[in-house]
Amino acid sequence: MNPAPHQMFSRLKDEADRRRKEFAEAPVPKIHIGMATCGIAAGAQETKAAFEEALARLGVAARIRTVGCCGHCYAEPVVIIDHPESGFPPIFYPEVSAGKAGMLANFFLKEGDPRLEHILGATVANDLIPSVMEFPRFNLETRVIMERCGRIDPEDIHDYIAEGGYATLADVLERSPAGIIEDIAAAGLRGRGGAGFPTGRKWALAREAKAPGKVVICNADEGDPGAYMDRTLLESNPHQIIEGMITCGCAIGADTGIIYVRAEYPLAVRTVTRAIHQARGLGLLGKGILGSSLDFDIEVFQGSGAFVCGEETALIRSIEGFRGMPVHRPPYPVEGGLNGRPTVINNVKTFAAVPPILQNGPDWFRRIGTGASPGTAVFSVVGSVVHPGLVEVPMGTSLRTLIFDICGGIPKKKRFKAVQIGGPSGGYLSEPHLDTPIDFDSLAQAGAMMGSGGMVVMDEDACLVDVSRFFLDFTQKESCGKCTFCRIGTRQLLGLLERLTEGLGREGDLDLLQRVSEDVKNGSLCGLGKTAPNPVLTSLRYFFDDYEAHVREKRCPGKMCRPLIAYYIDLEKCARGCNACEGCCPVDAVFITRDRKRGIDPSKCVKCGECVAACPPEYDAVRRVSPPHLAPVVERPPPEKKSLELEAENAKKPG
Amino acid sequence: MPFINVQESPGLSPEESARLDELKSRLHTMGQARGTLIPMLQHVQDTLSYLPPAAIGMVAEHLGLSASEVYGVASFYNQFRFNPPGRNPIKVCLGTACHVKGGDIILENFERKLEIKEGQTTADREFSIDRVACVGCCALAPVALVGETLYGKMQPSKVEGIVLRVRIEKEKQQRAKDPHEPSSPSDVQPPQG
Repeated sequence: MNPAPHQMFSRLKDEADRRRKEFAEAPVPKIHIGMATCGIAAGAQETKAAFEEALARLGVAARIRTVGCCGHCYAEPVVIIDHPESGFPPIFYPEVSAGKAGMLANFFLKEGDPRLEHILGATVANDLIPSVMEFPRFNLETRVIMERCGRIDPEDIHDYIAEGGYATLADVLERSPAGIIEDIAAAGLRGRGGAGFPTGRKWALAREAKAPGKVVICNADEGDPGAYMDRTLLESNPHQIIEGMITCGCAIGADTGIIYVRAEYPLAVRTVTRAIHQARGLGLLGKGILGSSLDFDIEVFQGSGAFVCGEETALIRSIEGFRGMPVHRPPYPVEGGLNGRPTVINNVKTFAAVPPILQNGPDWFRRIGTGASPGTAVFSVVGSVVHPGLVEVPMGTSLRTLIFDICGGIPKKKRFKAVQIGGPSGGYLSEPHLDTPIDFDSLAQAGAMMGSGGMVVMDEDACLVDVSRFFLDFTQKESCGKCTFCRIGTRQLLGLLERLTEGLGREGDLDLLQRVSEDVKNGSLCGLGKTAPNPVLTSLRYFFDDYEAHVREKRCPGKMCRPLIAYYIDLEKCARGCNACEGCCPVDAVFITRDRKRGIDPSKCVKCGECVAACPPEYDAVRRVSPPHLAPVVERPPPEKKSLELEAENAKKPG
Repeated sequence: MPFINVQESPGLSPEESARLDELKSRLHTMGQARGTLIPMLQHVQDTLSYLPPAAIGMVAEHLGLSASEVYGVASFYNQFRFNPPGRNPIKVCLGTACHVKGGDIILENFERKLEIKEGQTTADREFSIDRVACVGCCALAPVALVGETLYGKMQPSKVEGIVLRVRIEKEKQQRAKDPHEPSSPSDVQPPQG
């Protein structure tokens, strides 16, 4: 007779608690380092090595613990030092380079001086130093899906269990599947992949399907160039997703789970594979989960990098071993999906939202967010903002709060111009829309969409024609080629936009753009084609002036389109003898003028903008103008002949 | 789908042929179901670092498919490449955030410096350049990867230094390995007589 799931689980929980207690009570300081892809990119490996080296050198005992990413990308590498003996609360240090790590080990860990000039704040409320929880970047967020990200070690299943993970599973195994689905439906959870289909209804349909061998697929094929929350979740807290998938498997009666994750995310693949292995080892996956009669196992499938595979039918085709081309629905995957078996496909965030809902009840979830879109939304806010990173806010939060209060607004005192939401499928919103609440329906009404949750903020220097061209370049390459309108239409749209950005736009081009966009929208089967023209349509609607300037004046208002701009050096401001621009120019376009100042040769200049960055701020002499003919012409003096050349010339002269 | 840039397909080196033979003996452990096609191609690419025609033929034969069917699937996905990458593959991120911050200028600079286009490999097979859609480090834009090393907040002027660093590193290693050998193949004198 197998012990009941509750008994089995409490044994796991005891073991996890024991390990947690042992770690917490060890009488040494603890150093927590964020080690997800973005942290590693910012140098977290070097930081960790520097701590290890410094601790050994100074003879200080401390424990280093690697955690996931907490979403504060602007502050990477993030380190939290918990040094109770010093009398200080745990302190959050941003941008800890290897040098800073050595310094902190010496001053804080050895001598007890936390070097307050380097801190962001304490992680808990206290009387000594301000807590980060008082900052808008922290206290305006509501974390449901990402709650444990950056707090637990993603490589250690016990850490997740000690934080309350897998606690709902024993309940789930003993409840009726219909009850679980009712809870999810009552919570009003909608698919976090972007379309917002009610998850409860999807699960109920899959449950009703009679065919055997049902499948649960977690869609982690995050193809939007600019969104990375799914990757962060997989790298920082894989078990919450696994727990959600087991719950789904139990609810619909499936025995197989597949996590479809991009092969371009090697760390995510490794972390989630290890997590599955650990869960199997503890009896949380495999045959007879926690001693119950449920069999459910998960495997990882590596997606090979095709944007269209984010679409569920294309994703299924790709797992089956074919080109990832969408197919007609119905039959929907819940009736006949992978190899004809009933299949539930949900996004990473949807599965990650399931355990908290079951833990706290559907009413708790309903109280967060809006009536039609309960819960939270995760955005990756990047581009021109002071504090870029991952932000989880309740649905219904306004764009203004998100961009200006939480992410700190636009840097360098520039003006806000637009925000692009939802990647290549989404649209732009302009200043009048800043008070739009963020939820599935309001965004769709304004012409953008929730999509992947990628959000790129653009300041006054952005050219929306150029960014639209960028998106069309992407969708045109990623179109699978099945539908004529998508295959040829995106190519035509791209051609038109390229013409505009090169200054070759003609009268009537803008009408043509509008018409082709609408045709592509109507004539395509899947989401890729239906949404590909969105960037063009919304920018035409809200930023028509930008387009007109490109066509009529051959001018790029954002000074981004390189054929339409020119660089020159303001000779009034240029300093004699300064050589910063000449030294950095990759193509030797900078020359010395007659009065020993510098000029730019427009025939050689590739317009990379390096000289603008290099020119010392006290001179600030390099100017960028559009259209290019506004740049004054500075003549390049003829090259000075060297004495040897002169001699050679003289020797050639007859007589 | 992306344009496939197939350079002159070079013959397999003896080392590659040996690895291909070894792969062949391992393939049967993966089964013959259609669903194994993509994992199998990934496995082949992990071993050989690209998919030479011989490997495509081998997979096709194993699964009982035509080579064109296998090539059709492989060429659909961005992950698979059909020419050998350089020893230091350079991947320039051209995601949205990187584009807005000038990722295409970084790409151009690498192309100019190494005198190859994206999707190509230098003649000495030391470098190759590819564009990638997003490596998920948008807060560090623009971003470039050289081998496994990620360079954030790239600038055009950093490009030269990165390429130089790789070359110097290689020279150092070669010297450490064999202090008497000339440091680069171009210094090798042709045999006399």
